[in-house]
Amino acid sequence: MERLWRAVSFLWYFLCLADKESTYNTAIVDLYAENILAHSKNPHHRGALVDATVTHEEINHACGDTVTLSLTIADGNITAIGWEGNGCAISQAGMSILSEELVGMPVDKALSLRKEDIFALLGVPVGTRRTKCALLCLHTLKNTLRSAAGKPAQSWLDTVEIEGE
Amino acid sequence: MHNVCRTLPESTERSIQFVVEADESTYDDAPMALDLSAIRREFATLHTNVSGAPVVYLDSAATALTPDSVWEDMRAFEKNARSNVHRGMHVLAERATDAYEAARDTVRTFVGAKHSQEIIFTKNTTEAINLVAHTFGETLEAGDTVLVSELEHHSAIVPWQQLAERKGIVVEWIGTDDNGNVRMDEYEQFLETRRVRLVMITAQSNVLGSRPPLKSMIQKAHTAGAVVLVDAAQFAAHHQVDVQAMDCDFLVFSGHKVYGPTGVGVLFGKRKLLEDMPPFLGGGSMIRTVTKEGFTPADIPQKFEAGTPPITQVIGLASAINWQAQFSWEEREAHERELLAHARKGLATIEGLTLLGTADASGCVSFTVDGVHPHDLTDVIGKQGICLRAGHHCAQPLHARLGVPATARLSVGIYNTTEDIDRCRERITNAVNLLRK
Repeated sequence: MERLWRAVSFLWYFLCLADKESTYNTAIVDLYAENILAHSKNPHHRGALVDATVTHEEINHACGDTVTLSLTIADGNITAIGWEGNGCAISQAGMSILSEELVGMPVDKALSLRKEDIFALLGVPVGTRRTKCALLCLHTLKNTLRSAAGKPAQSWLDTVEIEGE
Repeated sequence: MHNVCRTLPESTERSIQFVVEADESTYDDAPMALDLSAIRREFATLHTNVSGAPVVYLDSAATALTPDSVWEDMRAFEKNARSNVHRGMHVLAERATDAYEAARDTVRTFVGAKHSQEIIFTKNTTEAINLVAHTFGETLEAGDTVLVSELEHHSAIVPWQQLAERKGIVVEWIGTDDNGNVRMDEYEQFLETRRVRLVMITAQSNVLGSRPPLKSMIQKAHTAGAVVLVDAAQFAAHHQVDVQAMDCDFLVFSGHKVYGPTGVGVLFGKRKLLEDMPPFLGGGSMIRTVTKEGFTPADIPQKFEAGTPPITQVIGLASAINWQAQFSWEEREAHERELLAHARKGLATIEGLTLLGTADASGCVSFTVDGVHPHDLTDVIGKQGICLRAGHHCAQPLHARLGVPATARLSVGIYNTTEDIDRCRERITNAVNLLRK
């Protein structure tokens, strides 16, 4: 089902790119695709997590979006996830969509996720002004995992702009 | 019509007057209602298409649009008189200097100042406030108090917090009620009990549109021995500024919010205060003499205008001021009152929408919608060509006071129509239905 959604979303993306003078109805579907709206209205894995290994909060100060992520980690794998948050549809849907991928994922793989992976998961074109909303989930994940490893939080710049330096 | 330079042939060498004073008689002859279709024809941006329809621009509180004639005046200046000011002895330098100083006098008239030397050109409102914080602010001592209202924009807050770090001054907050009215009891108590040296107050909130009682606040501050810096960035686009009637000590605004270009702002300061203040930035123009041992500063206003100023933008600001002088303040205020009343009435019909501020607010109306984040709302309607701002509007302390992380803001300008408001309301209704949980 998830793969089908992604395929449909990508198709939309290219249709929208091809049709620059698109009508406003098409334009809405750009960012506010049914998938995004569905996750925003009915977020997955939302709620507190009992016996979490680590809990960490990140705030997107420009918008006031917040995400608090809790993970249970066992044998180098993410075994359970719960999160809470407030903010725009993009930031909250982003965390919901990412949470689907995280259960059962090895920590090493989670640490190697890049912004391109998040954009692919969202499957919609994200403009400059909404990048921070879309990537709040990734930034929160990175710093939650760093916190679990006893490392200090990294900056937005490290997560989204000059990653891997 | 007031700006003649663009009609002059290129070969005209002498007596090119780039900025002509507004004809006083326009105030008397002005019709009682604005000719909106004529006004709208002068703003190219209003005819830009987004998603197949002309934009609906309701974001003038962030930046107002600029009439085509202002761009033409700036272009004519670049073509016929481009050179530096207050430096060369050649003809172009003289034209540029004359135009630049004529613009200063246009701004003097616009704010009702006594002397043109009391007008300092800056980059924007933010730089003008920082200028005061770095010059007048340097004369403050540890323990002195600067009062800041909860209505202020970050540019009217942070420079004083930075000064507190540098000099050990104290920043105290004048509270507001839920509608954005300044708590006068708190204000008076601060003036009585603290060593208040400066009061930072907006003339019009950029979120709530409320207008503090400046005259009475300024009078009380003076009685307590404090000076008052008025942030007129919003106010100056909607109401007549009169610094002498107001009796403020400093007043600041930006060119781009009064239909002029970006890149130019204004600081008005009372002559005596400006003369006693140390200079701000060091460099060319702001000095009288420089030796290996040191320097002596120039007289005002050059003392505060180090380096080459934004000359073309200053010409553009004067052109914008002269352009709007063809309309009376009464008809502009009546027009914008009607627009905002129409907006408040229309928005109030949308389920779950809460209006902030009161009906007598000026310039803008901010609101929240249950279950819909303002960024999502303005992003969706933005893709349909409706331009509104959302966020904290550079006023986080005010949003914290109001208990909302972000708001959406509809703001009006001289060129808006009730049809703009209707189209906006319709799109908001649709977007809310799409987004609401």
